[in-house]
Amino acid sequence: MAEQSDLIDVEIDGVWHSFPKGTRMIEACRQAGVEVPHYCYHPKLSSPGNCRMCLVQMGMPPRPRPGEDPPEPDEDGHVPISWMPRPVIACANTIAPNMGIRTTGELTETCREGVMELMLANHPLDCPICDQAGECSLQEFSVEHGKGESRFREQKVKKPKNVDVGPRIRLDDERCIMCSRCIRFMDEVADDPVLGFTDRGSHTTLAVYPGREMDSNYSLNTVDICPVGALTSNDFRFQMRVWFMKETQTIDTNCATGTNITVYSRQGQIYRITPRQNNEVNSDWMPDSHRLSFHWINDLESRLTDPLIKEDGKHKLADYSQAIAYASQRLQKYDAGEVAIVASARMTNEELYMVNKLKSQLDVRDIDVVARRGEADNYLISDDRNPNTAGVNTVLGVKDPGASLDLLKKDIASGKVKALLVLQEDLISDAGFTAEDLKQLDFLLTSYPTTNPTADAADVVLPGACWAEKSGTMINATGRLQRLNRAVDGPGQTLEPWEIIRDLIQELGGGNGIYSATDIFKQLAAEVSEFNGLTWGDIGDQGTQLIETGAELPPLLQRERARVASGEIIG
Amino acid sequence: MDWYFLTASTIKIIMFAFMMILPLVAMSVWAERRVSAAIQDRVGPNRVGPFGLLQAVADGIKFLLKEDFTPNHVRKGYYWLAPALTMVPSLLTCAVIPFGSNVLGEKMVIADLDVGPLFIFAIASLTVYGIVLAGWASNSKYPFLGGVRSTSQMISYEICLGLSIVPLIMIFGELNLGRIVQYQAENGWAILPLWGEGLTLKGLLLAIPVFISFIIFTTSMFAETNRLPFDLPECETELVAGYHTEYSSMKFALFFLGEYAAMIIGSGLAVTLFLGGWSLPFGWLTPEEGEKVGIFTGLIHIGVFFAKVIGFILFFIWIRWSLPRFRYDQLMRLGWVFFFEIALANVILTALILWLVK
Amino acid sequence: MAIVVKRPKLRWWEQLYLPGIAKGLVVTGRHFINTLTGRKKVTMQYPEEKWDANLPEHYRGAPALVTDEQQRERCVACQLCEFICPPRAITIKPEEIPSDDKWAKVEKRPGSFDIDMIRCIYCGMCEEVCPEQAIFLRKDYAITGTSRDEMVHDKKKLYEIGGVREGLVNKWNDLK
Repeated sequence: MAEQSDLIDVEIDGVWHSFPKGTRMIEACRQAGVEVPHYCYHPKLSSPGNCRMCLVQMGMPPRPRPGEDPPEPDEDGHVPISWMPRPVIACANTIAPNMGIRTTGELTETCREGVMELMLANHPLDCPICDQAGECSLQEFSVEHGKGESRFREQKVKKPKNVDVGPRIRLDDERCIMCSRCIRFMDEVADDPVLGFTDRGSHTTLAVYPGREMDSNYSLNTVDICPVGALTSNDFRFQMRVWFMKETQTIDTNCATGTNITVYSRQGQIYRITPRQNNEVNSDWMPDSHRLSFHWINDLESRLTDPLIKEDGKHKLADYSQAIAYASQRLQKYDAGEVAIVASARMTNEELYMVNKLKSQLDVRDIDVVARRGEADNYLISDDRNPNTAGVNTVLGVKDPGASLDLLKKDIASGKVKALLVLQEDLISDAGFTAEDLKQLDFLLTSYPTTNPTADAADVVLPGACWAEKSGTMINATGRLQRLNRAVDGPGQTLEPWEIIRDLIQELGGGNGIYSATDIFKQLAAEVSEFNGLTWGDIGDQGTQLIETGAELPPLLQRERARVASGEIIG
Repeated sequence: MDWYFLTASTIKIIMFAFMMILPLVAMSVWAERRVSAAIQDRVGPNRVGPFGLLQAVADGIKFLLKEDFTPNHVRKGYYWLAPALTMVPSLLTCAVIPFGSNVLGEKMVIADLDVGPLFIFAIASLTVYGIVLAGWASNSKYPFLGGVRSTSQMISYEICLGLSIVPLIMIFGELNLGRIVQYQAENGWAILPLWGEGLTLKGLLLAIPVFISFIIFTTSMFAETNRLPFDLPECETELVAGYHTEYSSMKFALFFLGEYAAMIIGSGLAVTLFLGGWSLPFGWLTPEEGEKVGIFTGLIHIGVFFAKVIGFILFFIWIRWSLPRFRYDQLMRLGWVFFFEIALANVILTALILWLVK
Repeated sequence: MAIVVKRPKLRWWEQLYLPGIAKGLVVTGRHFINTLTGRKKVTMQYPEEKWDANLPEHYRGAPALVTDEQQRERCVACQLCEFICPPRAITIKPEEIPSDDKWAKVEKRPGSFDIDMIRCIYCGMCEEVCPEQAIFLRKDYAITGTSRDEMVHDKKKLYEIGGVREGLVNKWNDLK
């Protein structure tokens, strides 16, 4: 069965499986459907093997004495296994032909009980105040593999608590179980080796290098990989218990990388964002700057909640249907070419598709989006800070985003363009327009999640949902099509942008049978050649490669692949 | 018309019907609730006024303030007429009941008719129309059944009621209720002939048919007033609330009060016929026929009458909370098979005694 | 098979029913007299009379927060009661204890702690689940108010009802 290739036969808990050569024992067990408890092991980091939680019993083919015949293989080519009397760690050892692994049994279970008891000996019992409670490996494994009671009667070791190790992170050394994941992450991934152990022995303490602090833009990833509550995020600290929160799998929209994330929300409030594993996009990590940029969504003070119509220079509250009817009545008066649209590269493909429909409905000639450029950081952040520039190219057909905005400014000044629709953008803050420029317009409509200067100048203001409040698809810098899922509801009368455009088209006389973002995706897949044959379900939670953009993977991912290739990490 | 007669009658009507009977109705509702509570080891209404005495006022206000709802499906004219038809006859009958001897020479009876009991029966049988109309006009099955039950029950027991007092009338030789009471005052109460002529052999012998009459009369009175154990027209377990299921607010209150008024008048009649009306036992403070008595004695007589009536009402209540409700066939059987025959035989027995014993 | 119910054969005076009725009247009359004279008393006149002194130790009244003997609020805002509460009556907003506080080492406390007494069903799950023994069901049962807001017990009110509980868990005391 295993002769022909690099596959090796291994017996796990009495069942034979085949794995590629070089597979770690822990990965082999995981692929066989057996979870081996572990703390220090992380597939994206080197394996020091220092937590000892993954001890399993191992066996090899019996070695014949000199002169003795080797045992006869059975019909599958397997020989009986002779079990070793002592356990081995599953995380740092690779499999060998005809190996046997026992993840249950007296030896393994006694080892786990012992390791758990030693780890808990000095661990404080402050789960009620610990943010990790509910997603803590120590809690989970002590339930599954622990003894249930402690024999430790002495005083627990005192260590520093509530230590400020960085601008975004707090450290509680008493909770630390010395797995060293954070040390390895800062060293191997973030290239900022500021963490280390001091006072080795029973007083081992995790500490920051004197005079330094943990201020890497990727430091919060250590909070995610910390198996206990030793490292906690200042931002999320004591905000909400993890078991209350709804998890929504979506993508980050702060740059073109399209980092896969999970949004944690409760009762319409977003509490935190964590990266989600996607080895084609962001591995297991995300930058702190993107992770913490969600607070404005919860801030109702700055949000637009109701449509506004400007009468005599003042904005008045209106109903959605009123605002749409008013906008359409104004728009119908203009001739072809007098209306221009500024869409956004923060819009989903579905929304851009609807913008296209609106464009032909109104006979618009000038259409563009606002470009956002920044510095790439040599890790995950792309220099394109718009999440869907590739979508703008593909769906909207604007090949050079932002190029015609200056021309538009001139056309407005000359009176050639009389009406402007600004969808999900703020021209004054982000595109160098001034209020004076926009004053020349006869009619200005904007949709945007928050209050902004462009909206102040607009005749009709519509509250359009932000990225966490809408569903759709986006194409990242490398051409990967990924899904955006709605995590929370928008405040007040907020609608998803595609709903706004659909209603506007309908009011202008163009009927359509669109009730959801998936309806649009169906039309999109039928009409845009790149999308041919795709369905919403095909995209999946990990996305699918749609087009070739020629862009390289983020540097962090390239380095990780090199380390996988060299066998340093599992990947 | 005689101005003196008119004025005196008006005063008597106001004093008796409105100042005595109606408050007594309210008080007997309160008594019903307090007594039933005591019998069942409860407390009863005790929050409004001392001992809950003003509960009736609170109830009245509640009845007045409730929505007077008329369902869509009823026959409105009859529906509105029915409660009045129940209340009015009950109050009319009190016209002939003597509630005292005399005060300042004026007889303490509103209408000194020579056919008192007959008048009472004639008017009282009108009550049935109220109930029948209520059951019919409600246009709903439970009230209808209640109305039908009530009609046959009342007709059946009216016969017994009438027959049961024939022996008394034979003994007294009189239909004027005032003179019947005067006779009892002098010669012993009908069921307690312990002084005057009553204390002869004939008087004692006559006490036997009178006692039988008393039992039949009292039982029939329960049936006539729709009181437990004969409240089959509004039997809750079978008919929701019987004929007044569709009534609310003050209309319901009129049915409710009519029942209690009928109970009081029934008690008054029983007291007058069997228990010597306003008279004290053993001929105490008994005036001669037509003799004027002092104001004080007159008031004592009125007090005695109402004391007896209240005692009788308490007996009504006591019975209600002691006995279970009859089945309808049992009720009819009791009326037609037993009471009717016994009452007839009782008439003959009385006649025999009157004829044989000198 | 039909069951034949044997009916007792009645004597002639029994068939008159009058003795039976009289017997019944005596029974009800006796109850009447006993209640009237106060020899038998069943009903308690609430609210003039109350049973408070006789409430059992395990009586489940209004839930309340308690402090320990050193005036430290026991609650550390772990939100387990909020999680377990079947009618979702409890709302907690945790906050960090400022570093200049005497009990800064406890790190966490409830910033606001609201129990909606309109929702509370007095089940006692919060008391049972509390790892810090900070919430207890007291004997207060007459919780009234004239508005919905008044029926929401905030942190201040909860400590007012709860008072101090001594002993119990002492994991945060000075020795530790």
